[in-house]
Amino acid sequence: MTSDPPTIPDGLVVVVKRECETCQTVVPVLAQLDAAADLTVYTQDDPGFPGDPAAIHDAELAVSWHHDIETVPTLVRVVDGAEVERTVGWHRPEWERVTGVENLGEDLPPMRPGCGSMSVDPDKVDELRARFTGDVLRSRRIDVAEAEDDIEMMFTRGWADGLPVVPPTPERVLAMLQGTSRDPSEVVAVVPPDLVECTVEKVAIAAVMAGCRPEYLPWVLTAVEAACNDEFNMHGLLCTTMPVSPILVCSGPGTRAIGMNSEGNALGQGNRANSTIGRALQLLVRNVGGGRPGEIDKATHGSPGKVGFCFAENDAESPFGRLAGEHGIDDGVDAVTVFAGEGTRIVFDQQSRDPDSLARTFASCLLSVSHPKLVLKFDAIVVIGPEHARVFAEAGWGRERIVAEINGHTVRDAADLVRGVDGIAEGLPAPFGGIGDVPKFRDGGLMLAYAGGGAGLFSEVIGGWVNGDEGSEPVTRAVHY
Amino acid sequence: MTQILDPTSERSVAERQLVARPESLAGLTVGLLDISKPRGDIFLDRIEERLTAVGANVKRYRKPTYTKPAPVDLRHEIATECQVVIEALAD
Repeated sequence: MTSDPPTIPDGLVVVVKRECETCQTVVPVLAQLDAAADLTVYTQDDPGFPGDPAAIHDAELAVSWHHDIETVPTLVRVVDGAEVERTVGWHRPEWERVTGVENLGEDLPPMRPGCGSMSVDPDKVDELRARFTGDVLRSRRIDVAEAEDDIEMMFTRGWADGLPVVPPTPERVLAMLQGTSRDPSEVVAVVPPDLVECTVEKVAIAAVMAGCRPEYLPWVLTAVEAACNDEFNMHGLLCTTMPVSPILVCSGPGTRAIGMNSEGNALGQGNRANSTIGRALQLLVRNVGGGRPGEIDKATHGSPGKVGFCFAENDAESPFGRLAGEHGIDDGVDAVTVFAGEGTRIVFDQQSRDPDSLARTFASCLLSVSHPKLVLKFDAIVVIGPEHARVFAEAGWGRERIVAEINGHTVRDAADLVRGVDGIAEGLPAPFGGIGDVPKFRDGGLMLAYAGGGAGLFSEVIGGWVNGDEGSEPVTRAVHY
Repeated sequence: MTQILDPTSERSVAERQLVARPESLAGLTVGLLDISKPRGDIFLDRIEERLTAVGANVKRYRKPTYTKPAPVDLRHEIATECQVVIEALAD
């Protein structure tokens, strides 16, 4: 598809287009240069322009593309096959300096700005990139028949997640790859359940399908790396009958740069970055990893979050730090935490104005994660809303105190939690009945995040899958740009 | 013509020939892999009894957790020690 980049000849090279007034203005200068030196003129649009001197038609824009022409006119001086210097637009002193020819364009105004080169025209760039750099792509190309609808075909081939996906054309995938400096052929992770080595290119394809913008790609790549390892255990998480999926908690200044939502409805619909970054990971697991419901994915009910579940913490305004900070990431560094979790459950408390009362509310609500009589095996993330966070902040409670107080109020005698107690067959196995007081959560198992709108005395509990070696450990990674 | 890129792993499935099904299990080494689900061992104990009764030589294996694939070394061990493997997924 692509050939060797075209070379430009030694001497003076000027790139122009008829549509540019400044290019028209400098035509007399081109005639002067043609008489005084070795001059080659390339025309981007009309092969008949300027006419005298005659120009080469850069019809495919190959010369313009490969020599990074962003403005017309551009004047380049080439010595022994290499560019020595260039100037853009018309500026008499500069043109005289670069060419070494004096008295250029004496009738012309001393300077005029140039116009945009056709090779950087936003309407053309994707097509040009595909034409000139398309062979970095290694994925099989599939021709879509004229009569075939390209959205429907994604459904028919089983590549969609129930919702339409964006067809991953080479142009779209190459544009997506602009979002990272990593090589498209670099292996990012081994994706379960088929345990496939997955390249940056395949992640970019999934990101296109999900509807991501190129600037989201580093976040998607980081999420894939964070999820596809033995510690997080994406494999088990995919296969389980429990309704869990990888949940991405993002934080850092980069979340604001890409427009993620950490405020009103942050866990809901409507924000492109929130909705598509999590979706890209799940589409990758489906299509590259081979994990699909009805096949290896055995979830009994699943949850709405399995389409994708990603949100940003408002770490800039959090009074108690951020989740990534709990896992050793320095302040100000963009990070993703991936957590194996279910759907959300509200903590409704509109009355508590003192922190102790509010902590007891949290504790009461958190007891029901999975089952009130099961302890230590499940973690949870509590997304504390700003109005609740304020109660803790005004009392001077930091992160550690909040967690310790809440977990402290969950402590119960294990004997009361044993199978059969209260007429409920579920619970702790009998031998655990004698271990005395137990909290609901293991050390580090109760995690906090700060997100949500400014109005509403609510927080949200996200219960976890089984933790530890048997299940999943949350993994936090700094975003790799 | 619109072109799209293949979003899958593009792996071609390896073709493998199944070994011929044995006429009888007598004298064969049969492997039973416990995936560590609660009470799976009790179920396998019973299977072992019935296989032994028809003359099979039963070897028992256990993988550390049901949520991860069996370690490579364990799979190799089973493959080299057994002629027949019973693999079942249950909950």
